[in-house]
Parts: sequence; C-alpha cells; structure tokens
Amino acid sequence: MLSARAAGSVFISISTVSVAESSLPCSSAVEAELREDFLKTLQCMMLSRTLEEKLGSLYRAGGRIVGGVYLGRGQEAFSAAAGIHLRWEKDVYGPLIRDQAGRIAYGEPILDTMRTYLGVVTGPMRGRDGNIHRGQPQKGYMAMISHLGSLVSVVSGALFARRLLGTLGDTVGATSIGDGGTSTGAFHEAINMAAVEKLPLVVSVANNQFAYSTPTTRQYACENLVDRAIGYGIDGHSVDGTDLLACLKVFRTAFQRARAGHGPQMVVGRLLRLGGHGEHDDASYIPDVKKHEHEGRDCLIVAQQQALDLGWATKVELDEWLKNARREVDKAQAQASKEPTPDPYRESWQALSTQRLAEGMGQ
Amino acid sequence: MSITYLEAIREAQFEALQQNPNVFLYGQDISTFGGAFKATKNLSREFPGRVFDSPISEDAMIGMAVGAAIEGARPIVEMQFADFSSVGFNQIVNQAATLFWRTNTPCPITIRLPSGGTPGSGPFHSQSMESIYAHYPGLVILTPATVEDAYWMLLESVEINDPVIFCEHKFLYYHLKSEDFGEAMPIGKARIARPGRDATIVTYSAMLHESLKAAEELRLDGYEVEVVDLRSVKPMDTDTILASVARTGRLLAVGESFPWGGVTAEIVARVSSEAFHLLDAPPMRLNSKDTPIPYHPNLWKSHRPTTGHISAALRDLLRY
Repeated sequence: MLSARAAGSVFISISTVSVAESSLPCSSAVEAELREDFLKTLQCMMLSRTLEEKLGSLYRAGGRIVGGVYLGRGQEAFSAAAGIHLRWEKDVYGPLIRDQAGRIAYGEPILDTMRTYLGVVTGPMRGRDGNIHRGQPQKGYMAMISHLGSLVSVVSGALFARRLLGTLGDTVGATSIGDGGTSTGAFHEAINMAAVEKLPLVVSVANNQFAYSTPTTRQYACENLVDRAIGYGIDGHSVDGTDLLACLKVFRTAFQRARAGHGPQMVVGRLLRLGGHGEHDDASYIPDVKKHEHEGRDCLIVAQQQALDLGWATKVELDEWLKNARREVDKAQAQASKEPTPDPYRESWQALSTQRLAEGMGQ
Repeated sequence: MSITYLEAIREAQFEALQQNPNVFLYGQDISTFGGAFKATKNLSREFPGRVFDSPISEDAMIGMAVGAAIEGARPIVEMQFADFSSVGFNQIVNQAATLFWRTNTPCPITIRLPSGGTPGSGPFHSQSMESIYAHYPGLVILTPATVEDAYWMLLESVEINDPVIFCEHKFLYYHLKSEDFGEAMPIGKARIARPGRDATIVTYSAMLHESLKAAEELRLDGYEVEVVDLRSVKPMDTDTILASVARTGRLLAVGESFPWGGVTAEIVARVSSEAFHLLDAPPMRLNSKDTPIPYHPNLWKSHRPTTGHISAALRDLLRY
C-alpha cells in the first residue's frame, strides 16, 4: 500500500514489478487466496474481452447494435481487479465506460450487457438507455450518466445513507474515472465530500493517457494524478495497470483500508487504452511509439503469462476458459437477439414515478 | 399564534424529521448555524446526527442526495440560494430527473431553493429558477405562495417518490404570516385565490400577492379580476386555468422569472391552443425584464412585476 499521506509527495510506482519479480507471497494462505482471486479475475477478463470482441464485430457488421460501442480493451486487469473485491447486491458499484471486466467481476450477468447493447426490453434499461449506461441502482449497481465525475457523489451518497440508516455494515463503494474525468468539477467536489465524510469508497483512476483524443499533457499539469490524493487528505495508491497481479495486490489493500474505516482510497492505474474512444474511432491520434511502451502491453496477455509462469494455470486450462467464454457470449447473444425491442405504443411516456403528478404530455 | 412563511418551512422540516427516520437534511451552514435564513434553526439540536453541514459543492450535494435516495433515505437538500443550484444543475436535470425513467428506481429527494428577489440582493441572490427546471422531464416544481402551502407542500414533498424542486420565496419569508397551517390542499391543484368575472390572472409564488393587490386596485374601477394561484407550476393545473378563462374570457399570466419562455409562456400556450375560442382578448404575460436582476432597489422595483405593472397590464387587457 502506498499511502499518499505516508509517502508524501514521493511517487513510488510499483509498475517496475515485473512478472519474474512478483514472487510468491510469504504466507501460503495468503498465496492461496491471491491465486484464487487471480484466476477468477483472469477468467472475468477473458470473458470481458470475448464479449467486447463480439460487440465490436456486431457494431462493424451494422444493423443490430443500437448506438455506439465503447470497449475496455487494455483496461481489463485494472477494472476487474477492483470488481473482484465487490459483492453483487451487497457493495455499491458505479462503473464507468471501460469497466466491462469490472462489471463481470462484480457479478453482472453478460446477458444484461448484451440486452442493453441490443436495446431489448428484457434488459435492465428496457431500451430507454443503452450500452454502458446500465445498472440496477436498487441493488447498489449504479447506472452511469455521460457526465464524467457525476457518479462519484452518487456512490458516496449511497454509502452516506447506509451509514445513517445503519445498513452499512462491512459494505464498501467503488467507482471509476479516467484521466480526463479527473478534470471535472464534479469529480473534485465529490472526492472532497467523500473525504470529509470519510466514506468507505474506492475510486479507480484509469490513466489510459487519452481522454477521447486529448493526451494527458492537455489534461493536467501535476506530475502524477495520485499526488492529488494528498490534497484531498485520502490514501493514494499507484499501480501498473497492465499487471493483474500488481493490480490485485493494490486493490486488496485499498478495499481492506476502505472497509476498515480509513476513508476514501484513490487507486491510479497507468495503462494505455488499446483502441479508440468507441468503435467509431480509429484512434489514429495515438502515436505508434506509445503502443510499444510498457503501458501499451496487453494486460490479458500479461496475465495469462503470469498464470503460466506461476504455475497457477496450464495452457490447456486457458484454452478451456476461452472456449467457455465464447460459448457464454454466443449463448447471451442468441438469447438477447430473440427478445423484443421496445414498442413506442406500449411505452408509458411518464418520467415520474408518482402517477398522479404526471402531466401526461407525451401524446 | 402567528407563524411566518419561513417558520412554516422550519416546522415542516421538523415534522418530516419527526415522522420519518429516513429523512435527513443536507446543506451549507444548516446544522448548528441553522442556515443562512434560519430555516433549519435548532433542528440539528432537536435531531442529532440528521442535519449535516455540506461543503460548498452543489454538484456533489445533489449527487449525494440521489445516492442516498436510492438507498431508501429521503434527503432534503438546502441550496443556500436558488441561484447556486445552477452549480448542481447537471445532477438535478441529468442524474435525479432521469433516474426513475431510466432505471425504475424512485428518486425521493427534495431540493429547497430560496428563490426570488429581495431589495439589494442583486443578480446572484435573487433568481427564480422554476421555469428552467420545469423544462425538464422527471421533476416536480412547487411554488408555494402562502404560509399554509409552504408547510403542507414541503411536508408532502418529502413523501413524493420523485425529485421535488421546492421554490420558496425569500420575499415572503418574514412578510407573510398566518394564524395556523389550515388545511392541506393536494399538490397539482391550483387555487382560486380571488374570484372574479372580468379577467383572469394566473400566477404563483410572490407574484400572487402583487396580483391580489392589483386586482384590488381594479375593483375600485369596477372590475372583478379572478386570481389563480398555481401552487405547483409542474404539474400545471390546466383545467382550473381553462375553467377560469371560460368565465372571464381574458388572461394575464404573471411570473417573476425571466421573460424568454418559461412558466407564463407555457400558460399562454396552453390557453391559446386549448381554449382559443374562449378568449375575448389576446392573452398577455408579464415577467421580469430581460436583464440580470439589478442590485439597487430603484432598479429592482422596476425589473420585476409589481402591483403597478400588473394593474397597467390588466387595464390594457380589459380595454381590448
């Protein structure tokens, strides 16, 4: 754990921890637990990648996907390493654009992803909202809006209410942001508020180096985003976002500290978005040299290699998991494809839950 | 006993906290200090751990209330001035107002906006925001004009499973008094504040009182002007408006917000499209001027509609 408070302004990156160096943890119990988390997370990443490749090809084929497709390629390790520490229907999660892997790790069925991208009424958004803007708030699974930073206060509010109503227990909240989103006022206001309230919140900052097309040099002037944690009076952690093992270790510490009452935890992962902002974007603005830097590594390949090197999985097992992922994705697609799309004549066209106060101007 | 409009707002919050343990208050300076206008005076002492000072972060305040509402709490958020709600605008219109429609999750939050002009308050402590918020689907916009409505409507707001923008008028805080809270009237129903036969004024909030004075002035000229108090601008009680216009044949819509679009334009549009045949004169509307709200009382008194402006408009309307 790298506490911003403890570390002062000294940025200690663990991105230098290579696969070879990420040697076995000291205690065998801890190792077993880490191994279990690692393999679960790796399978989430594989499922996420497979699902997103399918979504990408459906988008390019045209005709079936409604609206855009926004993928998390290259961010699966960082996203899923957070998600795996969350409990479905217990903890609060407010994922963002590139968190498909985190959503799977949290427990969202991929059928809901498919249903939302296809806009069918059986999905959680019922065709009223699409793609990454999905969730089931009543289960603690928040549905993002497009305005970056605005979900941080919502997740915080849920935690605040739980504390007030006595339902917090050992639950925790997590949400995500990117390098671009850290520039919003909403992000600043919410982190500051969560810090004041000392809420059990983990904020993942995926520094993928481009906000749509804007490089970080045009986004912020501080040396490292994690330094901002000091200003907020919260713990800051840095991690190599392409290294699953490192991500798991850092998030484990962050979640433990959040649950133990140490207040908000900011985890900054350094990585590269391996694709465009959405599938409509060829990302020609990302220089080739970036793709060959350390951050340009594909976290999925790195993680698979780690599994093999550590003797935690065999090639045969990896192949089997990939096959399972493909089967699951095909099944979800087949299921969602035959489900009904929304019917404007059966839509209530009422934005209020209180019927008697609805104006009924939908016509 | 005599209760002011401001005391009614405090009492309603007291009652809401008393009735429902899921209610809490969140806002700037509202805890020990009791709020910039003392609308939460003593509540932090009477309800320990349920009245919270917030940082100066309107965006986070509303986002926080939305998250809390999702978890079953019923927050009342005080914006120190309605004007500052613009900082929380995104959370109000995009987060809170869309939540139920998008996710089938109710969003029971009440956002109190100390609204409207008072002498010397200037451009950033005087605004009326009801027209802006009424434009967005998914919000209930309340504009109480009486002590009774301030009390009962605020209390009911907390029970509503949708985001409520509660526009309480600062000019009425201390001026308006009542002996008791009277009877509750349902939200969504307009009230005939003064019956008449020659013309209809449709108005709300502080403009109700200017309009009633204008109607009294016109009585001296032999006219009986009906005054409709909307109470809630959204939902708007179109039936009551149309029934009044059917009786009088003339319409003047009066509001304090800026003139471009908004509540008064909506009233005129509804009457024109749904009851054109009932009109004996072109419908009129009166709003503040199309400039920021001035600081000096000399300018301010001319900027917003007052009894004099309303009387003059009524005379034009009746002369047609």
